[in-house]
Amino acid sequence: MATGTLVDVVMPQMGVSVSEGTITKWVKSEGDPVEADETLLEISTDKVDTEVPSPASGVLQQILVPEGETVAVGTKLAVIAPEGVEAAAPAEAPPQEAPPAEAVSEPATGEAAAEQAPAPTPAAAEAQAGPADGEAEGARFVSPVVARIAAEHGVDVSQVPGTGRAGRVTKKDILGFIESGALAPTPTIAPPPAAPAAVPARPERVSPAPEPPQAAQEGESVEPMSAMRRGIAEHMRRSLDTSAHVTSSIEVDMSKVAAIRRKLKTEYQESYGVNPTYLAFVARAAVDTLRDYPWVNGELRGDSIVTRNYVNIGFAVELADGKGLIVPVVKNAETLSLLGMAKAIADLAARAREKKLLPEDVQGGTFTITNPGGYGTFHGTPVISQPQAAILGTYAVVKRPWVVQDEMSEDVIAIRMIMNLTLTYDHRLVDGALAGRFLRDLRERLQTWGESDF
Amino acid sequence: MPEKTYLQAISDGLRQEMRRDKRVFVIGEDVGVYGGAFKVTQGFQEEFGPWRVIDAPLAETAIVGGCTGAAIMGMRPVAEMQFADFVSCAWDHLVTVAAKQRYRAGTPVPIVVRCPSGGGFSGGPFHSQNPESSFAHIPGLKVVCPATPEDAKGLLVTAIEDPNPVLYFEHKHLYRRIKADVPDERYTTPFGEARIHREGEDVTVVTWGAMVYTAAEAADKVAEEDGVSAEIVDLRTIIPWDKKAVLASVEKTSKVVVLHEDTQTGGFGAEIVATIAEEAFEQLDAPVKRIAAPDTPVPFSPPLEKAFLPQVEDVVAGIRELVSY
Repeated sequence: MATGTLVDVVMPQMGVSVSEGTITKWVKSEGDPVEADETLLEISTDKVDTEVPSPASGVLQQILVPEGETVAVGTKLAVIAPEGVEAAAPAEAPPQEAPPAEAVSEPATGEAAAEQAPAPTPAAAEAQAGPADGEAEGARFVSPVVARIAAEHGVDVSQVPGTGRAGRVTKKDILGFIESGALAPTPTIAPPPAAPAAVPARPERVSPAPEPPQAAQEGESVEPMSAMRRGIAEHMRRSLDTSAHVTSSIEVDMSKVAAIRRKLKTEYQESYGVNPTYLAFVARAAVDTLRDYPWVNGELRGDSIVTRNYVNIGFAVELADGKGLIVPVVKNAETLSLLGMAKAIADLAARAREKKLLPEDVQGGTFTITNPGGYGTFHGTPVISQPQAAILGTYAVVKRPWVVQDEMSEDVIAIRMIMNLTLTYDHRLVDGALAGRFLRDLRERLQTWGESDF
Repeated sequence: MPEKTYLQAISDGLRQEMRRDKRVFVIGEDVGVYGGAFKVTQGFQEEFGPWRVIDAPLAETAIVGGCTGAAIMGMRPVAEMQFADFVSCAWDHLVTVAAKQRYRAGTPVPIVVRCPSGGGFSGGPFHSQNPESSFAHIPGLKVVCPATPEDAKGLLVTAIEDPNPVLYFEHKHLYRRIKADVPDERYTTPFGEARIHREGEDVTVVTWGAMVYTAAEAADKVAEEDGVSAEIVDLRTIIPWDKKAVLASVEKTSKVVVLHEDTQTGGFGAEIVATIAEEAFEQLDAPVKRIAAPDTPVPFSPPLEKAFLPQVEDVVAGIRELVSY
């Protein structure tokens, strides 16, 4: 085998904090010709779902990690035999009998082939489907509903005793199997057969095997965690275990911003199709303020303090299904005007909801803004996105009675648009006084926003 | 609640609406003096007079054309086709004029065309058909196929109230065979809401019209002999049809028989099966099965007609096939 010229496909690094990915779908099968950059497979990480392009043109010689498996970044997923390199035959079958690309035509019986190859790869098994006897066929066919239930519960269908035609696993079989509590941790994939030098060792499964779910009690329903939910759960817990979270709040009179926003609204919508949201104003002001407080935009890295000459702001966006959130990042936010900020936020939010974010869109944040105020909340204590030092919370803008001074410098009560801001910061790096000054300056910027400011 | 036949329920509903609303009138062949070929309008002419119970010439084109014009002018005509089969003569008026008038000119066309349909009594090719799917394909028409006396009355009232042309398929084989409680008072049965004729867990039978009873007998049989619990969804109206109810039942059982008396190719069952394939693929645990008449005209000969119409045994076999899949 021309080992030296084969090209490996590996689990890509989707972000600094992403250590593993799940194969959601193989778009190509073993033996399929592929072009460079053509989509080979789809993967899901706790940050994004994306496609993995082929690193070379040639033939997809071997798939090493099946759908549904979660493996570490860098794990070899498949081997491409580039153009000009003869695709090596799978080890379990002589090439003249079952070359991966056109094995269907071969009349080997399922049983005979099974004897030769105790653990055929999926493609090889598929290739023998034609002449296989009915029983094997029935046992292998997985109906759509069974496939769905198996995927939702992480069940390996081949472990479920089938009572349908020719041993097929029926919906009742798999539901009974799950209810009976027989659901064992998902077995890892069978080791690839034989083991010539070209075949890599079995990839290690890095995610802990799921615990057998407790049977649902009366009135409960149980659903498995999505990869994203697991990612959020792990990150939130780790953040609280890492940083010393402290929250400070400040009240900001947004009346000027509100007035300017009203003025800009039509122009922005008609000319640029975006809304000058309060969030865009706050983000714009926060970026300027962060440049004066580099530690708030910084990071504790081991024993060192890292600061930057740029600001990458992450925005927490709820997904359309309400079942998760993602934090896309506006890069080099210090270069953006108010309009640029509004457009960048709108673009990222739209792509986040449509699941069209690219891996780099969620990487590299140095500071995060979360905006639960849309629902009317006026205070919160968000959790820092690691390894950042702080997260800014923006809350509902509400009309409140406010003491201001009139032109005679007399105190009067006026109705003003008030918004609370919170800064939750890592007290290991940022002290309360620093956070207070940061919030004070941020408030000042927002309260004195001028019509010519952009 | 008084027990009434399916035929009495239609007759009662129609009479009630005519008493209630002067705009409602009846026109058809032999509907007046003779009281209708099946006696649905018996006594109507005596009560409402010849101008509201009109004996028409043997010309369905004229009957439906006249109804369409009257409806545009504000009346609420109810036409009777002596047999559903003859509605094809009125195709142009229904499909080209009545169905499109609302879209083209904004005028509602509130007509009801009663179509006595279905086989089972050796009526042969001209007196036994179930042409509902032809009209289901025409945007602008509504299509109703009641199975029970209660629905027959309620759906007829809704059809008369509806501002659109409605084809009301009343199954002749149910006329005097099916008897059940029917409220005396006026009520409406909504379009587009299926009725669960029988609840079940293992397999769903989606059907309408007379086949509801064929399905029910089959369900009794498999319950008794195989311990299989079949759910029967009676669509009641096929335009609009209750997709939600069908998909909910598919989600429950994951195995589906779609049963109709009409011939198979292009029958309304095909639409239901296609929708299940599109919207409930991941709920399926077996191929969806269609049970329908073969693609031939309806035969006269009783043994041939029996072979043509879906029988209880056919449905039992279909259910068993899916259950054992």
